[in-house]
Amino acid sequence: MKILTTVKRVTDPNMKIKINADATGVVTDGVEYQMNSFDEYGVEEAIVLKENHGGEVVVVSVGPSAATKELRTAMAMGADRAILVETDEKLDSDAVARVLAEVIRKEEPDIVVMGKQAVDSDRNQAGQLLAAYLDWPQATFAFSLEVADGWATVGREVDGGTSTKRVKLPAVVTADLRLNEPRYASLPGIMKAKRKPLDTMTPDDLGVDVAPKVKVLKYEAPEERAAGEIVEDLDALIGKLRDEARVL
Amino acid sequence: MANVLVVAEHLDGALRKVTLSTLTFAHQVAALTGGEVIATVLGEGVDSIAQELSKHGVSRVLVDDKAVFSNYLAENYAPAVAKVAQEVGATIVCGASSTTGKDLLPRVAALLDAGMVSDAVSVADDGGLKFTRPLWAGNVLTTVEVVTPVKVISVRTSDFDAAPESGAGAVEAFDTGAGARDDVEFVSFDQVKSERPELTDAEVVIAGGRGLGSGENFQMIMDLADTLGGAVGATRAAVDSGYAPNDWQIGQTGKVVAPNLYFAVAISGAIQHLAGMKGSKTIVAINKDPEAPIFQVADYGLVADAFEAVPALTEKLKAL
Ligand SMILES: Cc1cc2nc3c(=O)[nH]c(=O)nc-3n(C[C@H](O)[C@H](O)[C@H](O)COP(=O)(O)OP(=O)(O)OC[C@H]3O[C@@H](n4cnc5c(N)ncnc54)[C@H](O)[C@@H]3O)c2cc1C
Ligand SMILES: Nc1ncnc2c1ncn2[C@@H]1O[C@H](COP(=O)(O)O)[C@@H](O)[C@H]1O
Repeated sequence: MKILTTVKRVTDPNMKIKINADATGVVTDGVEYQMNSFDEYGVEEAIVLKENHGGEVVVVSVGPSAATKELRTAMAMGADRAILVETDEKLDSDAVARVLAEVIRKEEPDIVVMGKQAVDSDRNQAGQLLAAYLDWPQATFAFSLEVADGWATVGREVDGGTSTKRVKLPAVVTADLRLNEPRYASLPGIMKAKRKPLDTMTPDDLGVDVAPKVKVLKYEAPEERAAGEIVEDLDALIGKLRDEARVL
Repeated sequence: MANVLVVAEHLDGALRKVTLSTLTFAHQVAALTGGEVIATVLGEGVDSIAQELSKHGVSRVLVDDKAVFSNYLAENYAPAVAKVAQEVGATIVCGASSTTGKDLLPRVAALLDAGMVSDAVSVADDGGLKFTRPLWAGNVLTTVEVVTPVKVISVRTSDFDAAPESGAGAVEAFDTGAGARDDVEFVSFDQVKSERPELTDAEVVIAGGRGLGSGENFQMIMDLADTLGGAVGATRAAVDSGYAPNDWQIGQTGKVVAPNLYFAVAISGAIQHLAGMKGSKTIVAINKDPEAPIFQVADYGLVADAFEAVPALTEKLKAL
């Protein structure tokens, strides 16, 4: 089975993000980057699929040349080879999906496993868009995935509970939290990853115009919520809630 | 014509409240574009849902009532929504930023060659429609513009009140021509049945964190919620630890809530959690660590051991 998985290079979620002086983006000086956390679940699941069904794991990123670091991390975890579609443009999820669709038309994987959401831009769109562009079925927010007889059975996290659907392969699956426990890259894994093949191409090579459909005009810091007061005890709390906030 | 199409959501034979909040957003857009607000309901046996929806200030409700829609599947719903959008001349297609909205709307956007804005929290006309949306776990707010003729928007419903009843629209049957695809099958929806209000609709939310130490200890959170008629929420750490179901997760990668009253119990206040609750009207934090960041956003903070404070609070509230 050929499995394709995707990784986005994102800012470290534990860092405080600041807006730059002219409100055209965020301050990138001194910011650290890492693989989008949901993509770690996607890569892990791709490797598990390979372990259970044999085949190959191809990992793809669309972004700056620095994203080779995240691709190497995925290969250190166990992906077999990587493709970087290199661009310094600010991409919307739609451009990412159209680029990925072209890569997939060439690679013809049996299944694509992605993260549900990039935790910098917080859009939660790329997997669904990709499935639509390929006219494939999709299974988003997966917490379980089983492949047999050319179909995937996917447990999904949805409002009000969980849901299960079956999709015929090829299909796009997006990972949610409980899907697995991403492995750490081992030292031998890291050494091996250095020699694994990494192909680089550009959106132009794929014939994709990455100009965004959604243009960001302005960045600002949201209003901060002011700290309130510390109350002495439960009676004081109940008094405040009843007489001041009037919520009881 | 710059009409606004709202994709309705329903659960258990009832219209979901998130759709009424989406309608408020739609009305704001229509006021700017001069178009009509039109809604669509897909499902099986959904007439009463369409009737209910028609009372909330929509000019038309287009209904396709078919067995193929009896269970939600993005693959079958997306082309149908796109068809309705074309039929009614919608330039804006919107829905709630619920799990269904997140699953469905990008697929609709692709079919309509539309750009899509996720989690819109406001709309304005400033030389064309501009939307604002939070990102980076709510650290950043951006103003965006969609350059395609048709625009798809998922609406952060916690930022919009439910649309009240006003005027009756026409309910019309509309055949989207949808058939069932043979490459996808609905298997099951395992609903967590609860007497409590839905998290995203609740006026009161009691959320527990990893500090509770076990799933059993969430019982005190549930008792307090039941005393106040509220819903129960949790942090990702509590969900990760198996103390609470995933459906309870509040935050950047879970649900966004903005109730009148939010209790954060044994929750440290990580930015990713705040992203899902800092719009709440009144926030109460109970934490044994006086340095916990949650106190910086709480209106009222109580430095206490949750195991003592929460049951005692429940008793006192019951006695009120
Ligand atoms: C990409 C990404 C996305 C994320 N998305 C989310 C999200 O959507 N939602 C979310 O919640 N988190 C999310 N997180 C996780 C987040 O960063 C925090 O790790 C998490 O919110 C912490 O949960 P917590 O407050 O329950 O646990 P902790 O941070 O461990 O805090 C426990 C708190 O309980 C207090 N405590 C302990 N015992 C008691 C007691 N007996 N009485 C009173 N207080 C007590 C402690 O003082 C402490 O403050 C995300 C993280 C990442 C990296
Ligand atoms: N630039 C990118 N390169 C590779 N994969 C991406 C990129 N952007 C998004 N993705 C994938 O799409 C998922 C959803 O992203 P988004 O729709 O942007 O929230 C992510 O978890 C990634 O797996």
